[in-house]
Amino acid sequence: MHIIVCIKQVPNTTDVKIDPVTNTLIREGVESVVNPFDAYAIEEGVRLKEKFGGKVTVVTMGPPQAENALKDAISVGCDEAVLVSDRKFAGSDTWATSYTLSCAIKKIGTYDIIICGKQASDGDTAQVGPGISTHLDIPQVTYVKKIEELKDNKIRVERMTEEGYDIVEAPMPCLITVVKEINSPRIPSLKGMMKAKSARITKWTAEDIDCDPDCIGLQGSPTRVVKIFTPPQRKGGEILKGDASEVAVKITELLKDIVL
Amino acid sequence: MKNEPDAIRIIFDNCTGCTLCTRSCPFGAIQMMDKKAVIDLSKCNICGACVDTCKFKAIEIQKGRESKKDLTSFKDVWVFCEQKKGVVQTISFELLGEGKKLARKLGVKLCAVILGSDIESKIDELSARGADKIYIADSPELKFYQDEPYTNVLVKLVQEYKPEILLCGATTIGRSLVSRVAITIDAGLTADCTGLDIDEKERLLLQTRPAFGGNIMATIITPNHRPQMATVRHKVMKEAEIHKAHKAEVIRKKFEPGDLRSRTTLIDIVDEIEETVNLTEADIIVSGGRGIGGTEKFSLVKDLAKVLGAAVGSSRSAVDAGWMPYSHQVGQTGKTVCPKLYIACGISGQIQHLIGMQSAKVIVAINKDPDAPIFKVATYGIVGDLFEILPALTKEFKRVLKK
Repeated sequence: MHIIVCIKQVPNTTDVKIDPVTNTLIREGVESVVNPFDAYAIEEGVRLKEKFGGKVTVVTMGPPQAENALKDAISVGCDEAVLVSDRKFAGSDTWATSYTLSCAIKKIGTYDIIICGKQASDGDTAQVGPGISTHLDIPQVTYVKKIEELKDNKIRVERMTEEGYDIVEAPMPCLITVVKEINSPRIPSLKGMMKAKSARITKWTAEDIDCDPDCIGLQGSPTRVVKIFTPPQRKGGEILKGDASEVAVKITELLKDIVL
Repeated sequence: MKNEPDAIRIIFDNCTGCTLCTRSCPFGAIQMMDKKAVIDLSKCNICGACVDTCKFKAIEIQKGRESKKDLTSFKDVWVFCEQKKGVVQTISFELLGEGKKLARKLGVKLCAVILGSDIESKIDELSARGADKIYIADSPELKFYQDEPYTNVLVKLVQEYKPEILLCGATTIGRSLVSRVAITIDAGLTADCTGLDIDEKERLLLQTRPAFGGNIMATIITPNHRPQMATVRHKVMKEAEIHKAHKAEVIRKKFEPGDLRSRTTLIDIVDEIEETVNLTEADIIVSGGRGIGGTEKFSLVKDLAKVLGAAVGSSRSAVDAGWMPYSHQVGQTGKTVCPKLYIACGISGQIQHLIGMQSAKVIVAINKDPDAPIFKVATYGIVGDLFEILPALTKEFKRVLKK
């Protein structure tokens, strides 16, 4: 079984701070990490491999230093890693990103399942996973919280909804995006870390993946960011202390208009 | 002087080394080298903030993909109206309310699109909410949401009737559906918008959305592709008012079996929300965290929620401890909510939690630690023992609400 996991390197959101003077993001000293949702995708890929045999290929599009995210994936059990990196990809929106990744996946070759995190913690779009499956013309199931069964070239999963979940069966090859509930990612073993250190990462440029130059980077992106600004920071308000029943009366009075 | 993306470049002859751009960059991607600005491609998002700041016209962004389409043939504002089990979801009414404003600014019609089975009865409902036209695809295969038939039908409708704007709720259905549609028809799609407006001169949809967990906001346009597509967050826009006398033109469409085919099979739909209120659609949420201390004690949170008709939320630590199911988790790895009132009980307010709830209109925090970060975002903070305060609150609200 060949499992492909798509990941993204993102700035650690917990570190993101706003410069109070310039009102912009302070990026210095912000650690780059594997997108938290992708950790569940990696873990699920490795678990499928452990259960059914085969290999896990992890792929990312990003700057050269995104190699570190791939090494993290290898340290927890992924077998091969592909970094798709080229300055021509700069300015990619979700259309161009999913196109680029789909080209890379075609070059990787045959596969049974593609696993993505439900969204990345920096952009929060949840659009790249479905974008990849559409470019590849394969079935998709998003927001997967459990793989119930995998047999006869079919996969049966639980897809999280607002009210609960749907049980969906998809023929393979297909793409799933996964949510946190699906597993608890393992911590890399010492052996895993050694393996990651010496792992050879395959590196592909735009030329290597046979893509249409009009469909990548800024050129291939229908959307444009025209303005970036910092929202007004929320400020703490009134603090109430004292006897519980007195506080309750006060708060109820303050909230009356909302709850009535 | 290397490392510059092809799409953006510094014109070195114009650059005076004034450093204005380095300070304007939200991504810290510009540095000075030999008194000239240099852009680090790996950090640059090509947002254009530096171009606007530069007083010397020294930064240039290469123009993006030009459309081969005739954009003027696209008109009207469409709202994809999501139904589940025959019930139109409230997000659809919010989008019709917002869509009306956009349509008015553009001088075009507001159209509702609805897919389902036996949904003729929805026509009056959508008319009353202000739709001028309703496109309806009624077929047993469309009874429940499935990615492929829904995508095929929506793609066909868009290709035939050419809307200039297509809005959809940022729900688990909406985000999956329109992501596929946008790729298929080569359109731009902006996720999870919290603000929409029209640039009337250029007839462009201005789509504003949070990024980096709400730390920054970005306004995004789709200059050369139509329709301009956006998913919109719950509870941000105001629901369209009901005018029973308003009648819409109805366009019924039938589709070929091939378009209604799905490679995936929906086996079952399981409802498991413990409370009756859907978290993302709730006006009021009462949420519990680590301070609650156990599964049974969550009943204090649930009791208050019941009196208020609120949904029950949870922080990550309460979910990880097994006190609440994951479907109730609010925050970065859970749900993003935007209620009118959010009551956080025993939640310290880690950034990952704040990301999911800080756009609530009013936040009430109850915590025994006066230094808990949650108080920095709370409209009203109560420092004290939640085991005393929660029952007191429940009692008091019961009295006021006469329940």
